[in-house]
Amino acid sequence: MNTALARWRQRHDVTLPRLLGVLPVLMLVLVALCPGLFTPLDPLAGQTDERLMAPSATHWFGTDQFGRDVFSRIMHGSFSTLSAAMLAVAISLLVAIPLGLAAGLGGRRLSGAILAGADMVLAIPELFLSLSIITLIGPGATHVAFAVGISQVAGFTRMIRTEVVRVRATEYVEAAFGIGSTFWQVVWRHIVPNSLAPALSLATLRLGTAILAISTICFLGYGPSPPTPEWGLMITEGRNYLATAWWLTTFPGLAIIFSAWAATLLSRAIRMDP
Amino acid sequence: MIRYILSRAAQALLVLWGAFTLSFVLLQVMPGDAVLIKFQDPELGLSPQQISDIRASYGADESAFVQYAHVLGRTLAGQLGYSIETGVPVSRMLHAAYPTTLRLAVVSFGGAIMLAAAFATAALLAPLRPLRAALRLVPGLASGIPVFWLEIVAIQLVSFHWKLVPVVGVSGWAAAVLPGLALAIPISAPLTQVFLSAAERVMAQPFIDVLRARGASPLRILYAHVLPNALPPTLTISGLVFGEILAGAVVTETVFGLDGLGQLAQQAVANQDVAVLQAIILISVAGFVVINFTVDALHPLIDPRIRRTQAGGAA
Repeated sequence: MNTALARWRQRHDVTLPRLLGVLPVLMLVLVALCPGLFTPLDPLAGQTDERLMAPSATHWFGTDQFGRDVFSRIMHGSFSTLSAAMLAVAISLLVAIPLGLAAGLGGRRLSGAILAGADMVLAIPELFLSLSIITLIGPGATHVAFAVGISQVAGFTRMIRTEVVRVRATEYVEAAFGIGSTFWQVVWRHIVPNSLAPALSLATLRLGTAILAISTICFLGYGPSPPTPEWGLMITEGRNYLATAWWLTTFPGLAIIFSAWAATLLSRAIRMDP
Repeated sequence: MIRYILSRAAQALLVLWGAFTLSFVLLQVMPGDAVLIKFQDPELGLSPQQISDIRASYGADESAFVQYAHVLGRTLAGQLGYSIETGVPVSRMLHAAYPTTLRLAVVSFGGAIMLAAAFATAALLAPLRPLRAALRLVPGLASGIPVFWLEIVAIQLVSFHWKLVPVVGVSGWAAAVLPGLALAIPISAPLTQVFLSAAERVMAQPFIDVLRARGASPLRILYAHVLPNALPPTLTISGLVFGEILAGAVVTETVFGLDGLGQLAQQAVANQDVAVLQAIILISVAGFVVINFTVDALHPLIDPRIRRTQAGGAA
C-alpha cells in the first residue's frame, strides 16, 4: 500500500510545494460546490434589523444595506465567478486549439493568415473586445463568460501555435516520420499530446485573468443582475456606502484576489518543468 | 533600412484595417443592426415607418457591404459618424472627453514608469537572495488585484480616512492625481516583469562580471550598463501599455466619476451606441499601431545589433 502510494507520488512528481499549490483551488471548488458547509446563513434573505453592521462574531464580514450576511454572499458568489471563468477558458480553448494546430501544422499561407488575424485581434484591448461582444449579445452571466472567452482566443492561438512549432522541430517527431508514420499518426500521437500539455498549464494561468476580466465586467454592470451574489456586482452595490461601510467593498475584492492568486499557484504547480 | 520601415508601416496599416473591420463586423453587422436594437422597443411608441426612416438616416437599411464601404470611406475622411444615443457627431464627443483621459494617462504612465524603475532597482539590488526572490514575485501578485477594487480602497484610505487627496469637487490635473496613481500600479506590473527578466539576462553575461571585477558599483552597473541593454525589450510592450491604460480608463473613470473617453465607452456599451464604441476602439488600436511602429522604427537606432541583422539578413 505504502509503496504503491510512493510509486504513484514518484510517477506524478508529487512534491509538497506542488500539493500546496493545488490546495487553494481545491478549497475554492469546495466552497463553490457546497457553500452551505461554510455558512448557515442565507445569501439572499436579509434581516431588516441587522442592516450595515460591521464585522462581528456572528457576521464575520458584516452585513449589507438589506441586512444580508456578506460572508455568506461571498461564499455563495464563488460558484458564479468560478464557473464563468472555467466556461470562458473552455470556450477559448475550444476555438483556439484547432486554430493553433492549423497555424502550427499548416502551410505558410494558412499559418500566415491565422497569425495575421490573431495580430489584428490582439491590437484591441481585451476589455474593449469583450465589451463589444456584450454590446452585441447583451448582458448576463453566461454572456460575460462567452465574451471573455472569445476575447482570449487570439492569445491562446498564438500560444498553442508556438508549442506546436516547438514540438514539430524535435528529434522524436523526426524519428517518428523516419520509421514511416503517416502525417496524421505523428500529429495525433506526438504533436497533440506534447504541445497541448504546456498549453493547458498556461490555460490555468489564464483562469486567473478570466476571473479578473469577468469581475471587472460584472462591476461595470453587465453581469448578473441583483440580488445575485456576484463579487464584482457586490463591489458595485457597496460603492454607495464607501464612507461608512468599508466591509461591503473590501471583502469581495479580497475574494477576487484570492481566486486570481489561487489560479496562478495552480498553474505553477502543474507546470511541466518547475 | 527603408525597406524595413516600409514593411513595418504596411504591417501597421494592415493591423489597423483588420481591427477596424473586426469591430465593424462585431458592432454594426451581426444582429440586424444597432439602430433596430435601439428603437424597436415598443415602449418608445415609434411606428414601423418612423423606425425605417431612422434606419435610412443612419444608412442602416443598406446591405452590410454597402454600409462597410460607407463607414470605411467616411472614417478615412476623418468622419466618425453620429452617436445613435444623442445624435451628436462622435468627433465632438471625443473632443470634449479626451483631455480628461489624457491627464489620467499622463499621470498613470509617469507613475508606472517611476514605480517600475524604483521597484526594479530594489528587486535587483536588494541585499539577500531570498529577499530579491520575494520582490520578484510582487509584480505578478500585483497583476492579480482588480483595478476597480484597488481604486475603491485608495478612495477609502487616501481620501476618506487620511484625507490626503480630495476626490469630490476637483477638476483638471487635481482630479487626475489619485486615479492616475492608482491605475499606475497595475500598469507598472507588466513593465517591471519584462524589464526584470531582460535585466537578468543581461546580468548573466560575462561583461557584467568584468565590470564588477574592475570595481564598478552595483548602481553604476545597473544604470550605465544593464539599463541600456534591457530597455529595448521593455519598449516593445509600450503599445500594449497604451491599450491597457485606455482600457483601465473605462474602469477608473467609472469609479472616480470622471467624464473622459473611458466613461464615454462605458456609456456607449450601456446604450448600445456602436458608433461611439467603435470610434474609441479605433483610437486605441491606432495608438497601439502607431506606438509599435515607432518602437520598431527606432529599434535599429537604439540597438546596433538589429541594424546589422537587417543589413545582412532578409533586407
